[in-house]
Amino acid sequence: MKPTEESTHEQKPTSTDGGTKEFPLASFQENQSNESELGSSRLQEILLEFHAIWKVAWSDWRTKVSLIVLGLYALMGTVGVLIVPEPTLYPEAWIQPFTTWQYPLGTNGNGQSVFGAIVHAAPSMYIMILAGGVFATSIGATIGIVSGYKRGRVDELLMTFTDVAMTIPGLPLIIVLSAVFEPTHPVLVGILISINSWAGHARGIRSQVLTVREESFVEASRFMGVNTRQILTRDITPQMMPLILIGFVDTSKQVIFSSVALYFLGVLPFEGLNWGVLMNLAYKSGSAQTPSQFHALLYPILAVIFLSWAMIMLVQGLDRVVNPRIRAKHKSEKKESGQ
Amino acid sequence: MVEQYISIRPDEPIWVQYIDYFISLLSFDLGTSFFYNRSVSAIYAEALPWTLFIMGVALIISLAISIALGAFLAYHEGTKIDYFLSTFSVTMNSIPYYIMGVFLLVIFAYTYGLFPSGNRTSMGIEAGFTLEYFIDVLWHAALPILSVVLTAFGGRALRMRGNAIRVLGEDYLQVARLRGLKSGRIRTQYVARNAVLPIYTSIMIQIGFMLGGSIILEQIFRYPGVGYFFFRSISSRDYPLMMGGFLIITFAVIIAVTIADMTYGLIDPRASTGGDSHEAY
Repeated sequence: MKPTEESTHEQKPTSTDGGTKEFPLASFQENQSNESELGSSRLQEILLEFHAIWKVAWSDWRTKVSLIVLGLYALMGTVGVLIVPEPTLYPEAWIQPFTTWQYPLGTNGNGQSVFGAIVHAAPSMYIMILAGGVFATSIGATIGIVSGYKRGRVDELLMTFTDVAMTIPGLPLIIVLSAVFEPTHPVLVGILISINSWAGHARGIRSQVLTVREESFVEASRFMGVNTRQILTRDITPQMMPLILIGFVDTSKQVIFSSVALYFLGVLPFEGLNWGVLMNLAYKSGSAQTPSQFHALLYPILAVIFLSWAMIMLVQGLDRVVNPRIRAKHKSEKKESGQ
Repeated sequence: MVEQYISIRPDEPIWVQYIDYFISLLSFDLGTSFFYNRSVSAIYAEALPWTLFIMGVALIISLAISIALGAFLAYHEGTKIDYFLSTFSVTMNSIPYYIMGVFLLVIFAYTYGLFPSGNRTSMGIEAGFTLEYFIDVLWHAALPILSVVLTAFGGRALRMRGNAIRVLGEDYLQVARLRGLKSGRIRTQYVARNAVLPIYTSIMIQIGFMLGGSIILEQIFRYPGVGYFFFRSISSRDYPLMMGGFLIITFAVIIAVTIADMTYGLIDPRASTGGDSHEAY
């Protein structure tokens, strides 16, 4: 590594490029001066940065579309639940969609309004997704980053733990566990479904950390004696953000997919409404084979697909913000055009 | 009767039972299924190749598509074609494979009758190395494979794209361009190779998970593989069959992860040697 040592100093501003703040020496000095000044200038800087990020994000049509779609879903889960009457069992089954205003998407085999059922299933779905996503992502990212950076014994220990968690087959485990515990609370279902999906993310993030930790700016921080926690949070985590965010959406998507699948197959106990339950009821009554009943199966499916579509589109849009290289490119372009 | 089925003696102490169980495992004796009244190992030995066949083919096809597509998209980052194709990939990726399976069944099996809606071969066809048999097998496997490929390639392609963009910003690519290397060479040797590593890890893991994922798929297509029998075992509380399925899937994951670990350095030399030599600082 000797020959690169000289060049690292010149390379740093360009290769860390997520802004000067990520340049370890700058942040080091900044910290010291901030302690005396504590400036409103610092706050202003953060706000400015945030504004820039927001502008970059919003300039991408994918972010716009996904935020609008997610906003509609949020409305559905909050206001929609209050406006749309709760679906009741109604004697007339299989009303076709778009025929009466009372049942915009028709009714299913039980005579429930399909639209009402989809709306009222939303809140518990969201809670489940959020619980699972937060649970798996936080554990996976922490373990992956720490173990990838620390190497040595810590790495071995954590990775053994991860491997053990990973070698337990996920879906069969979930199926068996849900058969034993019969969880009904959405938070429990969410955590149960993502119970070992953090392991895959931890592995993936670790493998990326292994290569990032060898980059010149990390090495420089280490060389200068910046403490480990700061290196992890300031140097490595920003580099990992795309993976972490993608991991979050991946897990959320996985929670949606698995939970709907398990309700669909009838493994998880039915309690209240869920898009998977609706699909199960429709599929069991033969909606897949009968065109006149297909709407009862189709609309819950569309609800699932649109939600996961919006989430992935959001990550796609945020990719530009989160990826420091692209952000830096935008920043410099903006500066140039401003001058 | 319990002794006969799961080959343990309930009146012995736990550790003796455990050792007995392990000894019988080593001789591939997983007990006898209540539901099918057959030896569990025989059931899975018959089912495993079919699951591996479906999942393996699906994995290879989707992998080839996603790596090529991801590298291509990264190279054209920000262009119209990138937007169009990544939107398409996202849309395909946001459909769960079992829902894709239901759609495919509705369209191709129920409505037009082009493909069968279940089983691995037609009734009464002779197993053997005949073209007829081969085509029949493919015909039955087509829909399950298609439903996995169509929904799986998008996510990996996007991951590949993300990694490749990260790699594209590296200095050595500038050097490669300055050296005047052909863009095809840069694309395959420099970008693809370095961007593949994270995907490689996740794929080795997914090989194991795919066996688990086959539960839902095989249930929907009524395709008698490992997942099909595992699901049967749970719905009928057939414990020997359940335990056997668990073991087989677990072993698959262990083998996959081990292979990933051992071949890691081949793909990315930095990961295998880099760490130690820098520790000296």
